[in-house]
Amino acid sequence: MPETLWTVLKVFIVVNVVMLHVAYVVYFERKVIGHMQARLGPMRVGWHGLLQPIADGIKLFFKEDIIPSSADKPVFYIAPVIGVIAAIASFAVIPMWEGFSLANINIGILYLLALSSIGSYSIILGGWASNSKYSFLGGLRSSAQVISYEIAMGMSLVGVMMLSGSANLTDIVNAQSQTWFIVSQPVAFFVFLMAAVAETNRTPFDLPEAETELVAGYATEYSGFRYGLFFMAEYAGMFAMSAVATVCFFGGWKGPDVWFLASIPGVVWFLLKIYGFIFFYFWIRATLPRYRYDQLMGLGWKLFIPLALANIIFTGLIKLL
Amino acid sequence: MPGTYIPSEYLPVAIIFLFAALIGLGALVAGLLVRPRRPYVQKLYPYESGNPPVGEPRYKFSVKFYIIAMLFVVFDVEAVFLYPWAVAYDKLGIFGFVEMMLFIFILLIGYIYVWKKGAFNWE
Repeated sequence: MPETLWTVLKVFIVVNVVMLHVAYVVYFERKVIGHMQARLGPMRVGWHGLLQPIADGIKLFFKEDIIPSSADKPVFYIAPVIGVIAAIASFAVIPMWEGFSLANINIGILYLLALSSIGSYSIILGGWASNSKYSFLGGLRSSAQVISYEIAMGMSLVGVMMLSGSANLTDIVNAQSQTWFIVSQPVAFFVFLMAAVAETNRTPFDLPEAETELVAGYATEYSGFRYGLFFMAEYAGMFAMSAVATVCFFGGWKGPDVWFLASIPGVVWFLLKIYGFIFFYFWIRATLPRYRYDQLMGLGWKLFIPLALANIIFTGLIKLL
Repeated sequence: MPGTYIPSEYLPVAIIFLFAALIGLGALVAGLLVRPRRPYVQKLYPYESGNPPVGEPRYKFSVKFYIIAMLFVVFDVEAVFLYPWAVAYDKLGIFGFVEMMLFIFILLIGYIYVWKKGAFNWE
């Protein structure tokens, strides 16, 4: 029994740390985008706006929860909760430093891909249940996005599994002690990165939300904390995807083994790499315009899937020789 | 029970699902106590730029990408076959490689066929 209690405690701590990061990554985003546009970003609440996420959370908590009279109530209620569960549960298999992951299961990659698919259900269901035209279009676009990018994403990770001979994320990190897989699998990394951006509905693939066309897309009819849950799910999903990219292509918790750098604990390297990816997300958001959705589906089917397949064949050939 | 396999390494997964659900539902339920609730007819309209909504949002219309949706099923199943193959790749050797190349080749013919038929063009 004490062991079970210890597990519960570990999960509790990890979930809370993740939630804290999710709250502050919103602040980070507003600061980064602000400075990229020659603004300051949030400055009022606390020193340099540091308490802004907390203020936002409290505000959302006290806002009225408006449920449109024509909405499909039960689905409308649970859709954002599904998103939050799928996004947070991804962290169960991520190895955060040497020998630490909550659940060291041997199908880690499959588990992550499954959860990221479930996450898009929350958007499709939420858009459909709202019974509003904007939401409906947002949900429809989300389904278009899912069927265009999920295959490429799954296939891009096949190369990683072939090189490491395992779908366990800890094994994958250990297989990268010599060279990171970004060196041997650059094409797979490129495909995965683009698919991850599409999967988390970020610019330039943020069609389901598309605030300039669809008001707020799938989230148009949501308000108060229910809307906040969608927001949390999106940012936690970004964290999860960055963590997968770090683990599968950038050597996870491993840092350079030279000089004083070797004494820095693994979790610091892990977080640094994750925040590198998070910064990349914000960077492309501030740089690129949005795709049109037939362009986006064309990109997924005509470019990423052939690329990912070619990468698998190529990797197989190289390993045989 | 004898012979019952309990996958203990999945326990944290179950717990994290529970915690995540608690965060989502707990915040909503706790919010019930403090948030205002003043609905009226106009507030509960679906949003349509401030006008009363016109027509039903769920009317029938052509979803242009239905063919893609069907192809998705085929290729997703292919991807599922690739995972166990990739994990066991080292043990399968040249036989495994040739087998999978045949499998991918057959799918590739279908892929080129649907491309030539114009399934990836929407107009």
